[in-house]
Amino acid sequence: MTGPNPTVAPSESNGALATTVSSSAPGGLVKSVVELDRVVIRLAGDSGDGMQLTGNRFTSETASFGNDLKTLPNFPAEIRAPTGTLPGVSSFQLQFADHDVMTPGDAPDVLVAMNPAALKANLGELPGGGLLILDSDEFTPRNLAKVGYATNPIEDGSLEGWQTVSVPLTSMTTDALKDSGLGKKEAERSKNMFTLGLLSWMYHRPTEGTIRFLERQFRRKPEIAAANIAAFRAGYNYGDTTEAFAVSYEIKPAPMKPGRYRNISGNQALALGLVAAGQRSGLPIFLGAYPITPASDILHELSRHKAFGVRTFQAEDEIAGIGAALGASFGGALGITTTSGPGVALKAETIGLAVMTELPLVIVDVQRGGPSTGLPTKTEQSDLLQAMFGRNGEAPIPVIAPRSPGDCFDAAVEAARIALTYRTPVMLLSDGYLANGAEPWAIPEAASLPDLAPGVAFATEPNGEDGEFLPYLRDPETLARAWAIPGTAGMQHRIGGLEKADKTGNISYDPANHDFMTRTRQAKIDGIAASIPLTDVEDPDGDARVAVIGWGSTYGPIGAAARRIRSSGRKVAQIHLRHINPFPSDLGEVLARYDRVICPEMNLGQLSLLLRAKYLVDVQSHTQVRGLPFRAAELAAVIQDAIDSTTASLNGAQQ
Amino acid sequence: MTTVELGMPDAPTPIDAAIARSLEQHGPKVTELKGKDFKTDQEVRWCPGCGDYVILNAVQSFLPSLGIAREDMVIVSGIGCSSRFPYYMNTYGMHSIHGRAPAIATGLAAARPDLSVWVVTGDGDALSIGGNHLIHALRRNVDMTILLFNNRIYGLTKGQYSPTSEVGKVTKSTPMGSLDHPFNPVSLALGADATFVGRAMDSDRKGLTDVLRQAAEHKGTSLVEIYQNCNIFNDGAFELLKDPATGPMWTIPLEHGKPLVFGPDGASCVVREDFGGLRIAETNQVDASEIVVHDATREDPSYAFALSRLSSQDLRYTPMGVFRKVQKPSYEAMMSEQLDEARLQGPGDLDALLAGGDTWTVSA
Repeated sequence: MTGPNPTVAPSESNGALATTVSSSAPGGLVKSVVELDRVVIRLAGDSGDGMQLTGNRFTSETASFGNDLKTLPNFPAEIRAPTGTLPGVSSFQLQFADHDVMTPGDAPDVLVAMNPAALKANLGELPGGGLLILDSDEFTPRNLAKVGYATNPIEDGSLEGWQTVSVPLTSMTTDALKDSGLGKKEAERSKNMFTLGLLSWMYHRPTEGTIRFLERQFRRKPEIAAANIAAFRAGYNYGDTTEAFAVSYEIKPAPMKPGRYRNISGNQALALGLVAAGQRSGLPIFLGAYPITPASDILHELSRHKAFGVRTFQAEDEIAGIGAALGASFGGALGITTTSGPGVALKAETIGLAVMTELPLVIVDVQRGGPSTGLPTKTEQSDLLQAMFGRNGEAPIPVIAPRSPGDCFDAAVEAARIALTYRTPVMLLSDGYLANGAEPWAIPEAASLPDLAPGVAFATEPNGEDGEFLPYLRDPETLARAWAIPGTAGMQHRIGGLEKADKTGNISYDPANHDFMTRTRQAKIDGIAASIPLTDVEDPDGDARVAVIGWGSTYGPIGAAARRIRSSGRKVAQIHLRHINPFPSDLGEVLARYDRVICPEMNLGQLSLLLRAKYLVDVQSHTQVRGLPFRAAELAAVIQDAIDSTTASLNGAQQ
Repeated sequence: MTTVELGMPDAPTPIDAAIARSLEQHGPKVTELKGKDFKTDQEVRWCPGCGDYVILNAVQSFLPSLGIAREDMVIVSGIGCSSRFPYYMNTYGMHSIHGRAPAIATGLAAARPDLSVWVVTGDGDALSIGGNHLIHALRRNVDMTILLFNNRIYGLTKGQYSPTSEVGKVTKSTPMGSLDHPFNPVSLALGADATFVGRAMDSDRKGLTDVLRQAAEHKGTSLVEIYQNCNIFNDGAFELLKDPATGPMWTIPLEHGKPLVFGPDGASCVVREDFGGLRIAETNQVDASEIVVHDATREDPSYAFALSRLSSQDLRYTPMGVFRKVQKPSYEAMMSEQLDEARLQGPGDLDALLAGGDTWTVSA
């Protein structure tokens, strides 16, 4: 790597700006308030410690306070790995700020470690000088031995490079709950709420939402609700009165476009987008799905919306899930199936049948690390080529991808639009990071959403010259075939997986017909490009020589990296694709404008392969498959290297 | 702001609208049909002499008597000789992929409870590659009628043994005889707690029609196993039962409410055995009160299961008719009830849904 690192402006994960404002707290303790522009917190503990819940609650408090934020939950596939071990560590990271943020942050500023395993697994990522909060009660010889600490890091001086605050979180929680009537073990389980209370004090978070949440969550167990609320308050009050924390922090709300907001995860947004697609098309939604990480939450969410006429079917397997969805589509519903990579592999044959029968179908693939079972709870983008080509025969389907958790909503509506308008299965590629990550979302008005009804024009009258119904007669513009649903008299017809004769849809083994139909199916998918926007290029000055292109969840890290590059005085264009098949019609011309095109992906270069094949552009692939999103700093270094070497070679060429 | 009222229960959905337009165009649904009304213009392409012709004929002839409009009927099939069936029926149809017809039909029936959904499948399609979908369709009790054409061989792939072939079957893929034990499809279906299970012979028009009618009228999943002769790869597989000389001896006709007496001159009968089983006895050797009176409506499937176990691989003592016919709520009806219940408070309001949870407002 050449050249200095980019100078960093107020953004993603380096050098937050701080201003100290003095104030006093009750009890005569002088405490100061420091104003920060952003902070990254990572909560880490045992899988059973409730770190995900704690993180989600802190996120909700932060969202309702008005900060912009992004989150990164990171947990093992095992529900409860052996207590206190490294494989059992679960963590939750969020970045929140007084300005818009694009990522959950490269590295934490604050690490809360609930036990020695959590410390060992995460300390390497806490930069020197960072704030480290430990539950000293858990640093017992037994727990230390489990993860191979020969001596207690709290006492042996090995944590001197960090601001370490060691607090007996567990025993303070049980002390606070000694009159609650709960046993010690039960009371200990509220230590995550004590910790949340402490953090809420440290960062001036509103607390009402969490109290309401606990009351709601445990409404059938009021004693548990009361204990959790008491622990939460005790943690808050401890922060307020202890000398251990002399400083608290204020992060002002971020300026956002006027409107109403909520905090939303990718899976939640995707499910709501599908409900909206049903409402805006007028078609009943039918979801056929088999539980699979990390897609199951979409099934859970949709199963709650029966009042919208949403039918959810938990199938016996992945194949039945998509089969039932296709059957429902044949009947005139909007069939949907949700899964992850291994499920897509099983559904391949039915996707082919949907290509042949030309029925609308939305296939949601929430990608995870692969191959095989791979990394069920970690993120990856390695199903792109499977989505594009993972079927027998020439079986093209549209592929689209959301760029952020909230964007999953719009991507779902767009997937439904394409599926209905063109009568085709559509692959929507989300991923584990989008699915579980969260961000503030500007709530759209239902009436402002795209009207999908025009795509739904059921054939009710014969369209043939002799008064017969021709199911494979096509709309000349979209090439969509006529869609007549059972129940419509005079339109009875048979479809299936055997090659169809043009227009009639009868079985045909005719060589010329197969050639024609194969090319027609391809032309239909290619023709979707006419209905999608031209390439969206983000290049503030418009004269960048290097472009960075991505798709899906890498939007945040690439965007954060691009900001760093620009703040260092360099220029870079960011292109992020919503539509991967077909590409925007001008993409080839756009890419040809740049001296260098870099394509970061969480796979081994799948989009790069497609771009190189289609446009003969010398795309420079930058890849990683760590099960985690890219770090903005890493991408910035790659982009900077490309810019500097491009400039150098251009100068060289001119001499 | 205009409210979009699509998808609400009282407003017509595009599906309702399409059907209403079709009614306007074609008048009331035609249910007084003849057998030929169910034929299509497609040339039937089974081998000459195939048992499938007989079944197709029987189905086309009896369907008009059900009074279902052709457009309200959908036949879904998988892959195999039998699965070409939909092409020859003037109804809606889907010739899908191997083994998956019950899954596809489940989605269709659940999304459109107004339709009459049929599945046509074979022993390889339903019991090998699609075994999982079959048992789950049966346990869910989705309202559909499954016709399982059992010829005990793979025909379309030219003669390999199937999951119903007898042990030791010599075929192209088993030159020294097959090793695996066959499924008894009726036992399998009863094991999955199917609410309707019947068996019929392709060449027995009357018996076949009777079982098919009861299956079609049954609310819930009906499975009808149809013994079907493949005259190319497994000719004569059911000859023992078809031959007038031997058939009556080895066939146990099941008639609800009638004693299970069969064979020439009623020489044989079915009596109870220990552990809830059944056995064959000579009628003149037992007291009349010991002879089992057939009851297809027993809630407990053990009796029907015991009946299904009377027959052996070589087809001796094969009960034919309706084994079980019990009423249980069907899956799609219960699904619709849940939707209705969810709408008691009114139809879903999209704006309210999108703004659910904790929200905050940023003012200009």
